[in-house]
Amino acid sequence: MTATLLETRSVSKNFGALRAASDVTFKLEEGARHALIGPNGAGKTTFINLLTGVLLPTSGAVYLKGQDITTMEQAARVKRGIARTFQINRLFRGLSVLENVYISVAERVGAAPQMLKPAGARRDVIDEAMHLLETLKIANDAHHTIAGLPYGRQRLVELAIALGLKPEVLLLDEPAAGVPSAESHIILDAIDALPKTIGVLIIDHDMDLVFRFAKKITVLVRGAIFAEGTPKEIGANPDVRAVYLGQATTHG
Amino acid sequence: MSAMPTLTEHPAALALTRRHRLRWWEPLPWVLALAFYFLFPRHLGFGTELLIMVLFAISLDLALGYAGIITLGHAAFFGAGAYTVGMLAQYGIWTEPITGLIAGAAVAALIGFLSGLVLLRTTGLTLLMLTLCTMALLEEAANLGHDWTGGFDGLTGITIPPLFGLFEFNPLFPKTQYLYVLGVLFVCFVFARTLVYSPFGQSLTGIRENTLRMHAVGAPVRTRLVVCYTISAALAGIAGGIWAQANAYVNLSTLGLDRAATVLIILVLGGYGRLYGAFVGALAYMALAHFLSQVYPTAWQLGLGLLLVAIALFARGGIIGVGETLVQRLRPKMYQKQPPS
Repeated sequence: MTATLLETRSVSKNFGALRAASDVTFKLEEGARHALIGPNGAGKTTFINLLTGVLLPTSGAVYLKGQDITTMEQAARVKRGIARTFQINRLFRGLSVLENVYISVAERVGAAPQMLKPAGARRDVIDEAMHLLETLKIANDAHHTIAGLPYGRQRLVELAIALGLKPEVLLLDEPAAGVPSAESHIILDAIDALPKTIGVLIIDHDMDLVFRFAKKITVLVRGAIFAEGTPKEIGANPDVRAVYLGQATTHG
Repeated sequence: MSAMPTLTEHPAALALTRRHRLRWWEPLPWVLALAFYFLFPRHLGFGTELLIMVLFAISLDLALGYAGIITLGHAAFFGAGAYTVGMLAQYGIWTEPITGLIAGAAVAALIGFLSGLVLLRTTGLTLLMLTLCTMALLEEAANLGHDWTGGFDGLTGITIPPLFGLFEFNPLFPKTQYLYVLGVLFVCFVFARTLVYSPFGQSLTGIRENTLRMHAVGAPVRTRLVVCYTISAALAGIAGGIWAQANAYVNLSTLGLDRAATVLIILVLGGYGRLYGAFVGALAYMALAHFLSQVYPTAWQLGLGLLLVAIALFARGGIIGVGETLVQRLRPKMYQKQPPS
């Protein structure tokens, strides 16, 4: 029995009349490779926002390692080990790749509030950022500003910033979105190489990616959990095929 | 693998490690400022004003250029510093110049901190209007508090005792003022430079570039902004205080929109978020204002306006930004040497 890292109990979120999350009870285990799938507008990104504290639930509770974090601020959750990437890149565009990762590492190790020491004197932070870039195979782009980088590499920086936080829970919102399929394996390889203890939740439309990556899949439809199980079970579930996979198979 | 440079020798890592080191041209402004002292003894009044504007623009650069706090009310802190020094001296409470400046900085910092707690919850246009309102409130308070502030006439009878008990402030031959301002500017600049190259400064640029992401890496964004705003206000307060000491008077112009707009123009002209933009911008602005008002006294600001439009459209980085682009074009591509991955 593995420990539960992140858990929601009957979480709902209303935007006026729209019910973006409806009574969602969900568990992310230690070392999980969990995927969250669902048609467009199913509330997948809303769910991530509820987990990270960008949004507060209308009702229900969120727990991290047994601790109630329902009303905790975003930054405090990050300090407790939840990191995320964004569906659309949110990078420090005017800064170099190294500086992007430096910011995140400096925040984690508590270097960021230092005022009277040069940033360059924190060799530990620079070294760690460079090592991270190397494991993601983008060390050679370290000096480039984000704006001049191909989109696929930008996605890796997006991932690098999250990894710089050394999270226990990593939430990946469509990590391969916008990446040419020839390059998406770089991102998958990077995810495969993550420490085994991290609980990873991935949201994606790309079924190949999801079925390759996930050991457990949750299907979200109209804000509610529709089905949950191993990739095999989900793939064989006729209801899921009808609402979701069916669309793909009939076209393919 | 063996051909790869080790990670700490990677050009990007080296560049970041050495970023804060002194570059060859950095002593230049100070050499020029000292040369000015000896070469143009009759224009030291102009020089003093210029140096004060540089200091004021540096304070704005910390907030606007580095942290991305959009403000149109920075003269609030300039005025707060000026009135603090002015009122302390006018009523004989405290006249010693250097400690007077510290008092001015403290009052400006306090106003910056308190207003920042409220203002910095907002962004964009709301923030812009609220900074403007804060300044307008202070200006009106100074206007209405006639008994203490001299109202519209200002405080005119300020006497500042000699610096260190030795060097007299002389409004006609402002030698002391010039060197005094230069010294204070140097100290403040060294502090600002240290700050922007620190991890704290790096996190400010992070907030400027993507506030949302800063939240997502666990940064206490609003605390950082308030701290930055307070420091920026303190430096602006020093600029205002020293202005009051150098001119021996304080009036409502220290708190006005004119001054707030001028310092913004200076920063945009020179290039914001670049530290030295304040120097270049102040010099360019004051020289242009001087030159244009001689050529075309009635509408000299038109020329300045056109230049600003051109900068806003074609050179967002200001004069320094244009310089940087030119240097990059001329310099051989230094990073091309590294081996392919």
